[in-house]
Amino acid sequence: MATKDLRDRSGDAPDIALETRALSVYYGESAAVNDISLTIPRNRVVAFIGPSGCGKSTFLRCFNRMNDLIPAARVEGEVLFRGTNLYAHDVDAVEVRRRIGMVFQKPNPFPKTIYENIAFGLRINGFQGKLDEQVEHSLRSAALWDEVKDRLQESALELSGGQQQRLCIARALAIEPEILLMDEPASALDPIATGKIEDLIRDLREDYTIVIVTHNMQQAARVSDYTAFLYLGELIEYGDTDRLFTNPREERTEQYITGRFG
Amino acid sequence: MTPLDLGHRASRRWGERLIALLLFGCGIISVLTTVGIVVVLVTESAGFFREIPIAEFLTGTRWSPMYSEQHFGILPLLNGTLLIAAGSMLIALPVGLTSAIYLSEYASPKVRAAIKPILEILAGIPTVVYGYFALTFITPLLRTAFPGTGIFNAASGAIVVGIMIIPMIASLSEDALNAVPLSLREAAYGLGATQFEVSTRVVVPAALSGIVASFILAISRAIGETMAVTLAAGATPKMTLNFLESIQTMTAYIVQVSLGETPHGTLEYRTIFAVGLVLFFITLAMNLLGQQFTRRFREVYE
Repeated sequence: MATKDLRDRSGDAPDIALETRALSVYYGESAAVNDISLTIPRNRVVAFIGPSGCGKSTFLRCFNRMNDLIPAARVEGEVLFRGTNLYAHDVDAVEVRRRIGMVFQKPNPFPKTIYENIAFGLRINGFQGKLDEQVEHSLRSAALWDEVKDRLQESALELSGGQQQRLCIARALAIEPEILLMDEPASALDPIATGKIEDLIRDLREDYTIVIVTHNMQQAARVSDYTAFLYLGELIEYGDTDRLFTNPREERTEQYITGRFG
Repeated sequence: MTPLDLGHRASRRWGERLIALLLFGCGIISVLTTVGIVVVLVTESAGFFREIPIAEFLTGTRWSPMYSEQHFGILPLLNGTLLIAAGSMLIALPVGLTSAIYLSEYASPKVRAAIKPILEILAGIPTVVYGYFALTFITPLLRTAFPGTGIFNAASGAIVVGIMIIPMIASLSEDALNAVPLSLREAAYGLGATQFEVSTRVVVPAALSGIVASFILAISRAIGETMAVTLAAGATPKMTLNFLESIQTMTAYIVQVSLGETPHGTLEYRTIFAVGLVLFFITLAMNLLGQQFTRRFREVYE
């Protein structure tokens, strides 16, 4: 499947999780993301690849309005989620982030207990159900339950880096978002911990739409259904992952995936 | 070609040693001063405690060394000091902490750049000026609001000391809040937390040990504060919890005797060393406690 085919399905709303239209992000005068339009299909894993500084993280942070936290950043264009432009004036970023979760590059658990890390999002969102059950369910979804079930009251900072990252994934899943954004979630982890995160991503695809930024091309090839290659803030090529890696259409894509730059 | 010489240059070696010695000498001055103060306090107090038993001194509820009927119980002075410390913290703690949260989490860089220097000016005003401010501004206000309030009263002293230590709490707490990594804030925002939830439920708890340290150091400062309370709170050693009465703090007593006509070397004169020693131990304990908390808070994010 190629770039064009994906775009053609934009009318087919039930299958589309997110869509950007002419999206640009400026830091001051310079554009970090330049006029990108693409669609993210539902219940699929989409990877953004590209060399450092290509704008892939900035682009990802548009989907949950995380760029709002950077005073110098200015966003133009639209991000459509269920037919609503997330950057419309009457949209509250807090509400957006409750539905579109995020996992960050470095594991960033709160300096609280393992239990409280998961419960935090539930509490601030006024969760009405049984807290214990939801905490267990979230930890199971992140394949962490068996490792931590006997130490829920210990500090999350005592977990290993890989466990901390899965805790952060569990924390994001606890409030049951529809979409999970992952910003280089394994870049700070060793190969074994990375493998666990990648297995987890494949499992989570059943229930969530996942958008992952990675600088690791093998990782993109292993976990994603579709891959977008960004370079200097522009979308160079977007399509089926297997096709993009075996038969790239753009010369720059081919040069990048064969390691000639980046 | 001359052979390569990598040997020591004698002159340079001696120069280095001299500089090291000089720096060591400067460093040692403060250590020696501290030792000297402790020695003076202890030896002079020893003379006092030979005549007055420590138990009587520490548990007595009357303090009247200057009267014909002498009593040497430090509790009224301790009472006065703690009244001022508690009253001032009642003001400085909430105001200082909310200012810190505002500066660290809410203020735009422009606003912060404007407010921080003002806070520093507040911290730089001589304490005697605060004393006059209390006497000529706060006390009349209090006397209008609560008729029957003395010209000298604990409330006026407590309020002005409270104002005095707000910058200290605000600035130290803000440092602690600023040290909380951005990644924690992002994590909370990413879960749909509002700015208020991020500040109160994530940033403040994460910086708690640093905030507590700022409180403890501020209490220590309030306890040690002298000029403002001497001017505003009076010179009546008293066991009371009434803020509208005149009281006397340990520091104010020391000022009174130091400036008075009490002959040196007498028992009455030595009281100030005994009181000074108690003051020294209290502030020392507070500072050690504060440092303990600061250290704990440093460990978390290394």
